[in-house]
Amino acid sequence: MTTSLSRRSALAYAASLGVSVSFVGRAAHAGSERDLASRKLVVVVCRGGMDGLSVSPPVGDPNYASLRERIAIAPFGQPGGALKLDDTFGLHPALASVHRLALAGQARIVPAVATPDRARSHFEAQDVLESGATTAYGAGSGWLNRTLQALAPARKIEALAVSGNMPLILRGPVQAGSWSPGGLEGHDQRLPRILADLYAKDPLLGPALASGLQTQDMAKAAASMAQLQANMQASGMPAQPAPAAQPRQNPDAARQVGTTVAKFMQEPNGPQIVAISIDNFDTHANQGAAQGLLAQRLAYLDSVLGGLSDGLGAEWNNTVVVAATEFGRTARVNGTGGTDHGTASTALVLGGALKRTGIVGDWPTLQPAKLFENRDTAPTLDMRALFKGVLAEHLGIERRALDTQIFPDSATAQAARGVVA
Amino acid sequence: MAAPSQSSLLADLQASIAVTRFGLGARPGEIEAAAAAEPKAFLKAQIRPEGADQPEGRLAPSSENIAVFRGLRRERRELKGDADAAAELKQVQADIRDIAIQEMAARGRLAAATPAGFRERWTLFWANHFTVSATKGQVAPIAGSFEREAIRPHVFGRFEDMLAASSRHPAMLLYLDQAASIGPNSRAGQRRKAGLNENLAREILELHTLGVDGGYTQADVTEFARAITGWSVSRGREGAAAGEPGASDPGEAGGFMFRPFTHEPGERTVLHRTYANDGEGQGLAVLRDLAAHPATARHIARKLAVHFVSDDPPASLVGRLEGGFRSSGGRLDKVAETLIDSPEAWRPEAAKLKSPYEFVVSAWRAAGAAPDLAQPQRFVGSLSALDQRPFSPPSPKGWPDSSAEWAAPDQIVKRIAWAEQAANTMAQLNDPAEVARSALGARLSPEAATAIARAETRREAFAVLLMSPEFQRR
Repeated sequence: MTTSLSRRSALAYAASLGVSVSFVGRAAHAGSERDLASRKLVVVVCRGGMDGLSVSPPVGDPNYASLRERIAIAPFGQPGGALKLDDTFGLHPALASVHRLALAGQARIVPAVATPDRARSHFEAQDVLESGATTAYGAGSGWLNRTLQALAPARKIEALAVSGNMPLILRGPVQAGSWSPGGLEGHDQRLPRILADLYAKDPLLGPALASGLQTQDMAKAAASMAQLQANMQASGMPAQPAPAAQPRQNPDAARQVGTTVAKFMQEPNGPQIVAISIDNFDTHANQGAAQGLLAQRLAYLDSVLGGLSDGLGAEWNNTVVVAATEFGRTARVNGTGGTDHGTASTALVLGGALKRTGIVGDWPTLQPAKLFENRDTAPTLDMRALFKGVLAEHLGIERRALDTQIFPDSATAQAARGVVA
Repeated sequence: MAAPSQSSLLADLQASIAVTRFGLGARPGEIEAAAAAEPKAFLKAQIRPEGADQPEGRLAPSSENIAVFRGLRRERRELKGDADAAAELKQVQADIRDIAIQEMAARGRLAAATPAGFRERWTLFWANHFTVSATKGQVAPIAGSFEREAIRPHVFGRFEDMLAASSRHPAMLLYLDQAASIGPNSRAGQRRKAGLNENLAREILELHTLGVDGGYTQADVTEFARAITGWSVSRGREGAAAGEPGASDPGEAGGFMFRPFTHEPGERTVLHRTYANDGEGQGLAVLRDLAAHPATARHIARKLAVHFVSDDPPASLVGRLEGGFRSSGGRLDKVAETLIDSPEAWRPEAAKLKSPYEFVVSAWRAAGAAPDLAQPQRFVGSLSALDQRPFSPPSPKGWPDSSAEWAAPDQIVKRIAWAEQAANTMAQLNDPAEVARSALGARLSPEAATAIARAETRREAFAVLLMSPEFQRR
């Protein structure tokens, strides 16, 4: 990859003691600083081990149907069948918005990607996915937070977690905002100032309060907030058995999460880096096929992504979204109509200005001899290589920062090329 | 009045730490009581062989609550053919919600009212260690009874007993899909296409015993999963009652039951040790060895230190707790005493941020009040709004136990919103300065005391108290 170091980023390089940001010089990347300054990145963390073989079912793979039996997605054109991408792959029928984008050249699948972790533990694998380290608990901060640090000398941009608590991917020295449907209405105007004084010396509470109040102001500016809260409350307590989880089941509410985040991102000084957490993908039993438990979660994901891409309007062309999970699931259906913890899964890459189509990375196939440890989709691409490719091509981050700071000791997992550019 | 001496200041600080860090926050007069009894003795007096307190209220055993859920399934099936079943279905769903909410409020009332705050915090730690979650439909009506039946009786007994009770409880068997796991070579497995589900086996190894770095392999997970096939939930009138050889007594419908019919035959090898096939006992033998494994002692010691003291606890404290666990053979009363006797746990700086549950409970305690069981939604709604609905953690790992994770901007903003509402109620009852003294004792800083004194309204004063760094931390 050819790179040219602009004068400003050269200064940044000097200022940041070895951590440099430069801008990819190829015209195809629209590599001017001005263009780069408006770039936006959204990472959707799908927690629980999202089943890649259902997200992008390889219905053209001769072994797929027999491995999956009653939870296999039907072939193209059949009722409840996969939405066609190419001769091998389709998308789950619940991913209609993603499919619409894919047909427009604005969405791609990465069908066999995995983190370097092989323990099949949710918590270890999520840690590696979010920390960007080679091994579990290898870094205390998240790779998106370190991305902000790497960008800071050249561009100071805001980040937001769409989550009730701060996920590891954005944890670290750079303060990020967080927001989830709910929030604060009409509070005592003096109280935040009194508390800001009391929190002045508190390393946790001080920055959290400042950031929380700022996000609240932004939320007020976003026109759909009042509407969103009304909907959340109407669908929430006390009429449902599990109100906390309930709004997440509702595709309309999910779409509004997407459009609200899109509005935040279009505010002046709004977040340009966003992490969204979606959970409940751990489908050990009765995961269903075209309909069922997993289909509901995928419909939720699809609605968030659809809301985001529509809500961003013209800014969609400046945005890349990556949806990824900590691991995939077993290639074979298990004894209880579900799947157990596996290895490689599917990631989704979306954006208004993707330059290429087709799958990212190789497809290992589901031949018995190709399955990892005779049970899982074998990984053909390191998750870090995928993320590094996006950071290089979309945000113009230089290789050295990617290899050492953002993804420590990752020189062997070279940035994937041609993902978004 | 003479100026207080250094040593009496220190004694006051120790008493406030005993009540707010080891306990669940001070009720009026509690810090004075801890000081009078000597703080360590005050805490040790809360350790007792019979285990935790039991919440009071209209609470039924798991077997009855499971029957309610099975009713829901029946109505759903019948709904297809019968219009009248729709009304019945609604009623059953309402019953399940009612059961869950009563359990949540009864537990909250106990935490707010108990004079033995350490005993209850210790219990909440173990309940979170052995997580089941009402986010899974079948578990919703029995998450509360799980805690009452499998956790509370054992919190000062042997770890091994709590491990066995939790692993065999219907709530855990259903939450982690064990009830449906079938040995592929068992008679049931051969007769129909059904098989192994390794979810429970993996989480016992990773979360409940050895820990993720405890040295087990995928093969150990699978072998352990085979060993515990047959562990299931009784439907009543089956198994031994129906003449199946080797089946455990089905007892009441909704209780634990071993089904030889689904148990994988053969011996199993887990962590290099071989276990003969003696049916139900095979899995139990593995559990016993896991409880006694050194990695388990280390895993539990670290989790306890993180919960009580710091996200990044001193190695000396972890070592002390590990030693207490191993030398006592996993006797949790002894481990609790070790914790109380550890100097690292008494450091003046409050490193931990309260979880939402701890925050809300400590606010009730500061007010000297407790949630009303006739209005259970009030307590439950508070916690839903603060992202910690009782019995509903997001994954088998349980609720986060790190301050960094709870100190999210969104969380702090929501706490402010809740504190303002709570302050509205508190303002009708008490004098803010006096409540601040009784809630925090020597931990109340001059800055917070001044801000409380200067507040424009009593409502504002209580909100400042609840949101002060020393009340948010412990």
